[in-house]
Amino acid sequence: MTAQNLEPGSPVHPGDPVTVDRYTPAARINHWITAASLVLLAISGLALFHPKLYFLTALFGGGSNVRMLHPWIGVVLFFGFLGLFLRFWKANLWKREDGTWMARLRDVLAAHDENLPEVGKYNAGQKIVFWMMSVLIVALIATGLVLWDQYFFDYTSIGQKRIAVLIHALAAIVIICTWIVHVYAAIWVRGTIPAMVKGTVTGGWAWRHHRKWLRELVGGKSGGRGTGAKPAK
Amino acid sequence: MTIMPNPPTQNVTQVMPESDLLRRSASTITPPAARQTEVAKLIDTSKCIGCKACQVACLEWNDMREDVGVNHGVYDNPIDLTPASFTVMRFSEWINPETDNLEWLIRKDGCMHCEDPGCLKACPAPGAIVQYTNGIVDFVHENCIGCGYCIKGCPFNIPRISKVDHKAYKCTLCSDRVAVGQGPACAKACPTHAIVFGTKEEMKAHAEKRIEDLRSRGFANAGLYDPPGVGGTHVMYVLHHADKPEIYAGLPDNPRISPVVEMWKGVTKYAGLTAIAAFAAVGFLHHLVNGPNRVSREEEEKAKDLTEGRSS
Repeated sequence: MTAQNLEPGSPVHPGDPVTVDRYTPAARINHWITAASLVLLAISGLALFHPKLYFLTALFGGGSNVRMLHPWIGVVLFFGFLGLFLRFWKANLWKREDGTWMARLRDVLAAHDENLPEVGKYNAGQKIVFWMMSVLIVALIATGLVLWDQYFFDYTSIGQKRIAVLIHALAAIVIICTWIVHVYAAIWVRGTIPAMVKGTVTGGWAWRHHRKWLRELVGGKSGGRGTGAKPAK
Repeated sequence: MTIMPNPPTQNVTQVMPESDLLRRSASTITPPAARQTEVAKLIDTSKCIGCKACQVACLEWNDMREDVGVNHGVYDNPIDLTPASFTVMRFSEWINPETDNLEWLIRKDGCMHCEDPGCLKACPAPGAIVQYTNGIVDFVHENCIGCGYCIKGCPFNIPRISKVDHKAYKCTLCSDRVAVGQGPACAKACPTHAIVFGTKEEMKAHAEKRIEDLRSRGFANAGLYDPPGVGGTHVMYVLHHADKPEIYAGLPDNPRISPVVEMWKGVTKYAGLTAIAAFAAVGFLHHLVNGPNRVSREEEEKAKDLTEGRSS
């Protein structure tokens, strides 16, 4: 009895181990453009945030280049993330099991995944990262435009610019911390990084961490049903 | 009054070497043990006739040119400070409610050379803004990156960013002239000696006499503008109405570095980096203690069973 209930073109590929498509090439390219801009923004932003980190401006060819480039990279990040948002927002809507998952954060951190509820394409932690990123990027682009003196100096008062620069710094700190959580989780939960590199995960990974999602894919209930998870083609 | 000698005919020693710094932006420095005598420029608004000789002298000495401007219907020309015009005479018409007289208040606007400079505090580029021990706050353009943080730090709205080279400009208090024993170009050019330059003590003493004179002439509230909120300034005004500085084209009553800027450059900077380091450290320790979260062989088998329809 081999894969009798899998239709042709299913994202679940039999084998040993079973592999499951998680991200399309377009989604991966979108992700890595966004990731690269976030890293460049963090480096260039930190360079102007603390004098001890000013040496990082050398990576961009000096402080003036940082001043000129940072806002443009911000524009790339904004549109990059907008693409990710449109792709993934439905799968990140909060579900009942997410509350249970959060309540058992101790089990999450201890890797007792067997004590956790079955979750869809994303768990509560991933959803929180997603929404934090969404809100913070909007705050950063909005305040960033206020600080982009080269083109937008005349649109705001100096008092408004002072508030904008403080919010921009605070939001940047929070987003860097969120990014650390995101990257750490991807490293700690082994088998996650191939999802964004090759586009696939193993069946066991999907079983352990996103069983509800795997069941939906196997059951063929693809496309906007169940948890709303949109399986990769 | 005071130090306005003619240029020397022999070589002179620089009195403001680059090492003689009290503060340097985005840098930790040890100021020299002995501070030079603090200097100051005193602008007596009661003696100013609005001739703009100071503006001309400033442009000339600093080798700056303004484009032909637009008449805004007032005497202010240009209408605001620019990257080229480090000083601008601001004209205000004020009706004194006590006398019902129209008073024409003229204030030469420009950098106040704060003892606690907000621009320098906000500046992220090492050495782009320096404060000499004599009190002069100067922009070092080769280190300036044009970010505009100085504009946010300044309580007087003085620095302007050039659209040409994207660097910040403001009055230097003619640091290059002061370094060789000269007074600022504006003071040199002022025909009524409304602008005078000397040591801060001399200028305060000179101001006292002017204030005494003004009070004897009916300006009971005449006084010196040397705002303590920024630690005093190295450009001071004698005002006939020192109780109402805002009538002089919005001269702030109690200027200080904005608390928002203080928060941004103070607690946010330290707490922010600490938070980032803490998140990274917690992640590192968590991995060290718990090890990786791996998928087991049985889980791969269960996934296989599920896909092959042997379980649900």
